Amino acid sequence: MRLILHIWRQRNRSEKGRMVRYEVPNVNQDMSFLEMLDVLNEDLIARGEDPVAFDHDCREGICGMCGFMINGVAHGPLRGTTVCQLHMRHFRDGEELYLEPWRARAFPIIKDLAVDRGAFDRLIAAGGYISVSTGSAPDGNAILVPKENADRAMDAAACIGCGACVAMCPNASASLFMGAKITHLGLLPQGQTERLGRVRSMVAQSVAEGFGHCTSIGECEAVCPKDIKLEVIARMNGDFLRATWNGRGALRDDEAEVSDKPLAGSRQ
Amino acid sequence: MTLDSKTPGGPIETRWDRHRFNLKLVNPANKRKHRLIVVGSGLAGASAAASLAELGYKISCFCFQDSPRRAHSIAAQGGINAAKNYHNDGDSVYRLFYDTVKGGDFRSRESNVYRLAEISVRIIDQCVAQGVPFAREYSGYLDNRSFGGAQVSRTFYARGQTGQQLLLGAYQALERQIGQGNVQMFPRTEMLDLIVVDGRARGIVTRNLITGAIQTHIADAVVLGTGGYGNVYYLSTNAKGSNATAIWRAHKRGALFANPCYTQIHPTCIPVSGEYQSKLTLMSESLRNDGRVWVPLVRRDVRPPAKIPEAERDYYLERKYPSFGNLVPRDVASRNAKAVCDEGRGVGESGLAVYLDFRDAIQRLGRHVIRERYGNLFDMYQRITGENPYETPMRIYPAIHYTMGGLWVDYNLMSTIPGLYVIGEANFSDHGANRLGASALMQGLADGYFVLPATIGDYLASNKFEAIAADHPAIKDAENQVTCITRRLLETKGTRSVDSFHRALGKLVWDYCGMSRNAEGLQHALSRIPEMREQFWREVRVLGTGEELNQSLEKAGRVADFFELAELMCIDALHRNESCGGHFREEYQTPDGEAARDDEHYAYVAAWEFHGVGNAPELHREPLTFEYVHPTQRSYK
Repeated sequence: MRLILHIWRQRNRSEKGRMVRYEVPNVNQDMSFLEMLDVLNEDLIARGEDPVAFDHDCREGICGMCGFMINGVAHGPLRGTTVCQLHMRHFRDGEELYLEPWRARAFPIIKDLAVDRGAFDRLIAAGGYISVSTGSAPDGNAILVPKENADRAMDAAACIGCGACVAMCPNASASLFMGAKITHLGLLPQGQTERLGRVRSMVAQSVAEGFGHCTSIGECEAVCPKDIKLEVIARMNGDFLRATWNGRGALRDDEAEVSDKPLAGSRQ
Repeated sequence: MTLDSKTPGGPIETRWDRHRFNLKLVNPANKRKHRLIVVGSGLAGASAAASLAELGYKISCFCFQDSPRRAHSIAAQGGINAAKNYHNDGDSVYRLFYDTVKGGDFRSRESNVYRLAEISVRIIDQCVAQGVPFAREYSGYLDNRSFGGAQVSRTFYARGQTGQQLLLGAYQALERQIGQGNVQMFPRTEMLDLIVVDGRARGIVTRNLITGAIQTHIADAVVLGTGGYGNVYYLSTNAKGSNATAIWRAHKRGALFANPCYTQIHPTCIPVSGEYQSKLTLMSESLRNDGRVWVPLVRRDVRPPAKIPEAERDYYLERKYPSFGNLVPRDVASRNAKAVCDEGRGVGESGLAVYLDFRDAIQRLGRHVIRERYGNLFDMYQRITGENPYETPMRIYPAIHYTMGGLWVDYNLMSTIPGLYVIGEANFSDHGANRLGASALMQGLADGYFVLPATIGDYLASNKFEAIAADHPAIKDAENQVTCITRRLLETKGTRSVDSFHRALGKLVWDYCGMSRNAEGLQHALSRIPEMREQFWREVRVLGTGEELNQSLEKAGRVADFFELAELMCIDALHRNESCGGHFREEYQTPDGEAARDDEHYAYVAAWEFHGVGNAPELHREPLTFEYVHPTQRSYK
């Protein structure tokens, strides 16, 4: 089959981008979407044109590195699937597709379809962990976790950090991503000690990064390749309320401006 | 050069304890004065960087991906072994040790393997405490399953995403240290050379993959946790970015490369569907717990599987290996799949596939149980192939999956360059000639959480680290090397893309140094590789500049290294006149087609020294002795 692609081309952050039209003849229906782009890139190289830059790594839908908009939908038309696992059998001969990078203030563009998602790492660094240094753990079976909780924690922990939720959200909110981590850790006994502090600092960091707030639109859930449910946002909000009402977790005055404070750690 | 493995003597049960006691310690107040470089952020790299930072060292950590959470450890599906004996089924540290030495076909170091088995139990504890959502029983206790060739249930798992969850645990520990300012993280940064000053590893040269800036980083020691080299084959289950550049360039600076021909073929991958194929996808071998492997009894039987009656199916693993059946180790399962396909009994369009059938398991256990155990794997299979494995058997074929070879390290995980440590898949240490299922995660985390943090202090406490001037000749030399390679790749302006060369190299290595090898084929490959390498440097086309995000340039540098490494793999495979584990030489097999080892002549680690591209490498041998597990021919019948 043959496809018409309109791809966002932008050399770097400071240059202006534009949509460029390409034709890809001889698309095989068993190719993945990224393999189809490989074929296009091989063709571009043969013609002496700069190949399209896009992020990808594992190509099995688990590393979370790939992702872009296909006709305005993050990761394209198939639910619960990253672009690397989206196969061309889901498209029609002659179809026109518009490919654009994730667009969010917190995800500045790097080149073409590649963006910088470092903000997600900084959200985790703000509190998306359990503070246990190597060596101090008790026996694994000393901590019992009801199967149902373990299963629900695993559902939330399945998040791959691809950023589709942010890209699809009209508010560019990272709530599904944060909620997934807060839910994963909050459902486990190990995660209770830091539960309220975690939600406070992660939410503060998300404001600092320029992510928007959640207004329960649900676009994030619809495009999440790992089917993370909106209820994780409800849990995050619940934890946040508890954290701010409870004297222990309340924001102190000197923390109100936390949004401008960079993290202690640095990244280059 | 004599290879001193620094392996302690005495009773094996206490070696690691006694060794740790004899290691020097760094005064807590002095730890923050040491900056250490960790390259790679997978299970080994992230766990090491986090644990070292917790101890108080200052860490610079590097990964080529956009985030440390992307490392390919994330794709491991099945599980992680630990000798907990929670199931009271006869497991023990000694049994895990025994199984691993035997599974490695008696080509690993007993001391290392024992230590690995010993540490395995603490890894589970650590990961549980971090919040890794391991599978649980209804009682709330940790669940286990038996996995790939083990007769006890010692594999801990988090659905089919164990690697992901363990990596996220290590990643979160790493991010905590980044947040606290103890680790400086350099994502989208690739190590391109090692800086060796006065014979010791003192830093690395990197390229910032977004700006193209070449930078130098100086430290007191360098740790490589950069994974394996399976992408030599182009088509493998590795991530597209997985590469050997860090270990290969360290090798060119003097680190010996051990057992490069020990590569592991995973028996259960989704078969190749066409020329455009960019990678292969693994289906966890946990599937073999409930799936039955078969092919039609007669050649070229094109009936759909459901129309082939029971009597006309050959469940060849169950037939040939009655006691292990579908759970034979990976090398045995892979070779048998190749054998039945070579006989013309393969299935699917290409004839290069066998069936993995869940019909009986679904009848016995119900669809919901199978969905609970393997749901995400079944979904993945359906997404890729368009077929529903609940209704029709999966088609699978072996693919390159893991490389047991890697940089030679001693018991302290230090390479032959003082101050250069190598951890995880990047080293050669624990799996011998064949790795057992669910052992890669165990080794990566053992190295990173527990072994390296204990051993590296001894080196730091025993040496003085003077400041190095920015214009030191060793730095200038490494920077020049990197700039030269980059410039040469950009200025060649040939006619062929990097991928086209990589694909051709991969096919050659797969055909002649893949699942089975013979002297004639290896000699052929050894005559072809230098020609292809020269052609690469004459005809490669890399567009764009070095001062921007340039993915072709990144790939070109990695493929250039694969061309050199492929040659060493073939040299090693040709020199090893025996079959062992993943290295199957057709000339050396038992009458019933199993691998025939030659313990008298080849019970050693082959560690190769680099003497320039195109020059013969020099072989150094580390003899292997077996005091506890006596070499026998592996039998899974």
